[in-house]
Amino acid sequence: MNAWLAQHRRALTLTGRQIAASPVARTFQALVIGVAITLPLLLYLTVQNLARLAGQSDADARIALYLAADATAKEAAAISTRLDAHAGVAGHRFVARDEALRDLKQRHDIADLVDALPKNPLPDAFVVRAASLRPGDIEALRSEASAWPKVALAQLDSAWAARLDAGLDLARSLALGLGTVLAAALLAVTFNTIGLQIVNRREEIEVSRLIGATHGFIRRPFLYAGVVQGAAGGALACAFAGVCVFWVNEQLRGVAALYGTELAARALPAGDALAVIGFSALLGWLGAWLAVTRHLLRLDSQLDAR
Amino acid sequence: MIALERVGKRYPNGFDALKSVTLAIDTGEFAVITGHSGAGKSTLLKLMAGIEMATTGTVRVNGQDIAGARRALPFLRRKIGLIFQDHKLLYDRSVFDNVRLPLDITGFPPRDGAKRVRAALDKVGLLGRERALPITLSGGEQQRLCIARAIVHRPSLLLADEPTANLDLDYAQEIVGILSSFHQVGVTVVVSTHDLVSLRMVRPRVIALARGALWQESEGRGEPVRDDVDLDGARVES
Ligand SMILES: Nc1ncnc2c1ncn2[C@@H]1O[C@H](COP(=O)(O)OP(=O)(O)O)[C@@H](O)[C@H]1O
Ligand SMILES: [Mg+2]
Repeated sequence: MNAWLAQHRRALTLTGRQIAASPVARTFQALVIGVAITLPLLLYLTVQNLARLAGQSDADARIALYLAADATAKEAAAISTRLDAHAGVAGHRFVARDEALRDLKQRHDIADLVDALPKNPLPDAFVVRAASLRPGDIEALRSEASAWPKVALAQLDSAWAARLDAGLDLARSLALGLGTVLAAALLAVTFNTIGLQIVNRREEIEVSRLIGATHGFIRRPFLYAGVVQGAAGGALACAFAGVCVFWVNEQLRGVAALYGTELAARALPAGDALAVIGFSALLGWLGAWLAVTRHLLRLDSQLDAR
Repeated sequence: MIALERVGKRYPNGFDALKSVTLAIDTGEFAVITGHSGAGKSTLLKLMAGIEMATTGTVRVNGQDIAGARRALPFLRRKIGLIFQDHKLLYDRSVFDNVRLPLDITGFPPRDGAKRVRAALDKVGLLGRERALPITLSGGEQQRLCIARAIVHRPSLLLADEPTANLDLDYAQEIVGILSSFHQVGVTVVVSTHDLVSLRMVRPRVIALARGALWQESEGRGEPVRDDVDLDGARVES
């Protein structure tokens, strides 16, 4: 136990000393990794914020339920009760045919034309706000409602929700794909930088092996270095993303004031930031492990060949 | 302590560096392996430390068959003190840190470790040079540094490959004196050399190799070594 602690302390000390020995180079390595992680991170943040905005706006997915012309007030009330009880419905509003006609006359300059009509051609209607933004859910609600008695037509009010959702899905997969590619890049960067450190210390490694060092002993300081480098890169990426969000909010402030709304991009939640740092630390560890293991296998195979 | 049985060593290029060598070295012995350059001295020591593997025969150290103990090899090596022909010092760190390395490998606690390092440096007369870089040491001092690194973890077996090479007689004898002082406290010492003169005073057991085969052994252990052992007449029967 004591020996185990002593070895870890030594590895940590070594890592610290190496960083202290070449702070500029180490900072640049962390910067490279940080920038690489920042890109997918920003994409992810954009998606999150757009999805949040879409959920906030009241122009979200609406379904218009047009009632049959012969629907009575009682039948309309029954539909209203159904809508109240439905989990997929966030809210609904009854638009009486007279109200609709008034609205029509007001909004468009066709008052004369409307007045000329012998009777109100518009049906009673419900404007239903779906609880979910997912196109599948909305469509399910629409087709369900269209089968209710006295519902003549159930119509999706806005196709834009579906489009936005598809767009967000695309952006999400893009963020994931970009994240994967850059994770591979991070792995390669660590593999190379740790590989360089190994080359710089190959004499020490060789001598250590000769006088009884295990693979674990050789690996440990490099694994620490990989973890530190990865975590530093991840932390830098979170900081970059934070700066970007701050900057965007500065830009948005004027626009938001113009519309009298609160419009602000939200920064990365602390939990997500920790996950990013943890993940890049893990990748750093893996890159370092691969680099040292390759070196050790080469050393050993030199021995085996004899 | 060390038992070689019909050990042969063929290098990958097909060269037979050792041919059917059988020999045993007991605990507490001071043994010298001698022979011309290229006779196989270094190879023999490397086999004993598990740095090279025998292609035929068996090498046992402390009863353990080295070929069958790959995973245990690091731990076996920690019981051995190794002095390399090419020193293998780390020139980018201080004398202190060089000697410290074996203790780090075994996970020795830092404070006790520092004491051990100073004790080892004291034994080889390098106390006070802890902070120096190895490159600033003379040849004899570097060799003593190698000894300090080899004994800092108190091994029971010391393997030294040509520890007196390139040293003037006075310095060579100083090295032999240090090795002998470890022998006197019970450490088994195996030294390879082509320079028997400086080893004369410790009356070692002499094992002579010629072209990879056992050629001659001194009669009786502890006999004075004749410095006229005529290796030029070496003939190997094949
Ligand atoms: N790695 C190697 N590959 C091929 N031949 C080697 C290798 N190491 C040593 N030899 C050869 O084996 C012979 C014995 O070498 P060595 O044990 O170093 O002799 P010594 O130490 O007695 O001078 C020499 O002829 C040398 O050239
Ligand atoms: Mg040699």
